[in-house]
Amino acid sequence: MKYLDEYRDPVLASQLSRQIHKMATKPWVIMEVCGGQTHSIVKFGIDTLLPDEIELVHGPGCPVCVTPLETIDRALAIAGRRDIIFCSFGDMLRVPGSTTDLLSVKALGGDIRIVYSPLDAIKVAQDNPKKEVVFFAVGFESTAPANAMAVYQAKKLGLKNFSLLVSHVLVPPAMDAILSSKSNRVQGFLAAGHVCAVMGYTEYFTIAEKYKVPIVVTGFEPLDILQGIAMCVQQLEEGRVEVENQYVRSVTKEGNLHAQDLISKVFKVIPRKWRGIGEIPNSGFSLNNEYQDFDADLKFKLGHIKTLESLQCLSGLILQGIKKPYECSAFGVKCSPESPLGATMVSTEGACSAYYRYKR
Amino acid sequence: MCLAIPGKIESIEGSNDDILNLKGKVNFGGILKEVSLAYVPDAKVGDYVIVHVGFALSLVDQQEALKVFDYLKQMGELEELQIP
Repeated sequence: MKYLDEYRDPVLASQLSRQIHKMATKPWVIMEVCGGQTHSIVKFGIDTLLPDEIELVHGPGCPVCVTPLETIDRALAIAGRRDIIFCSFGDMLRVPGSTTDLLSVKALGGDIRIVYSPLDAIKVAQDNPKKEVVFFAVGFESTAPANAMAVYQAKKLGLKNFSLLVSHVLVPPAMDAILSSKSNRVQGFLAAGHVCAVMGYTEYFTIAEKYKVPIVVTGFEPLDILQGIAMCVQQLEEGRVEVENQYVRSVTKEGNLHAQDLISKVFKVIPRKWRGIGEIPNSGFSLNNEYQDFDADLKFKLGHIKTLESLQCLSGLILQGIKKPYECSAFGVKCSPESPLGATMVSTEGACSAYYRYKR
Repeated sequence: MCLAIPGKIESIEGSNDDILNLKGKVNFGGILKEVSLAYVPDAKVGDYVIVHVGFALSLVDQQEALKVFDYLKQMGELEELQIP
């Protein structure tokens, strides 16, 4: 496919790898924020093309992984009800809640449907006026335009039987939280290309400046990631701290203004809990006052469901780049993609799952 | 989850007076899907867009797309110069 295949050229990849080998004279720790990048890195073996000096740590940019246990439990509380059709992206179905997961509820007869787009859930609501249709709106800034449009259209259509269980998170506050932690090891960032396609990258200038870390907006194909690493290493070696854009073919500095406009009409910024990390200030979206009728948390009075995270799973430390998956005693023993203990093992974009599948 | 892939716009439905309802058929390596073009109202038939959960998030800049290869070509030439 055009714009994919040519960015997977092995000859050019090894050329970039040689360049990085030449540039790196000191040890550097670089974090890729996005789970999609983590998956590419491990799948294509990009980590094995790097010199020993460069350590890649895998960030919290997998919405499936960071959706709090509490939110999964809230989804589970309503998903099995006879009057409800629960719609979700497929990868949320196997995320373990406290006692079960959505796939098991579906197996027991719950009307749980996998949709490709939130607009498909709108269609389900129109076709089933006697049922309540709830869409599980998880995601980062890249998914926010789609979810914002679904609510906007639902209101315009006057749909009364449609609501969203929202667990939207934002990347820059999470980067800030990681960098301000005492145990932080990250010296440079590859920022998530598709999040920046929506939001632009002006927010990163303050972070780069405050923590003196280079940030390179990076794409998802092997050549993108290798070039992003090369640009980041070059900055680190030269002692520069800048925000650079590797993914110029899809990302502009100001981002997608049409999408930002609708997002700001529908959502407001709130503090959000992240699975394994805890609450981060200003790190999420919820529906603003005008769209409260579409908030499943309010509609089904789910606010009382509070769940504490398990201490067994190291996913929080893994999401912050402090531990590697194989440093967990449960990894591959008690915990595997078939029977995951925590969310980083569930999603294919989770670091543990990627390490397990590709035998790291 | 945040996977977004490039596809080529084959046709466009709707008008620029109502950009929120702009839609198009997008070709992903032979598979055609309906995609909302609400956020890329300037897109034309033949353009490539990055699509995530049914929405085009950005237009692929075809000039910029080639730059990574220019960068690599320059590097390759530099490497050749360095071979003794």
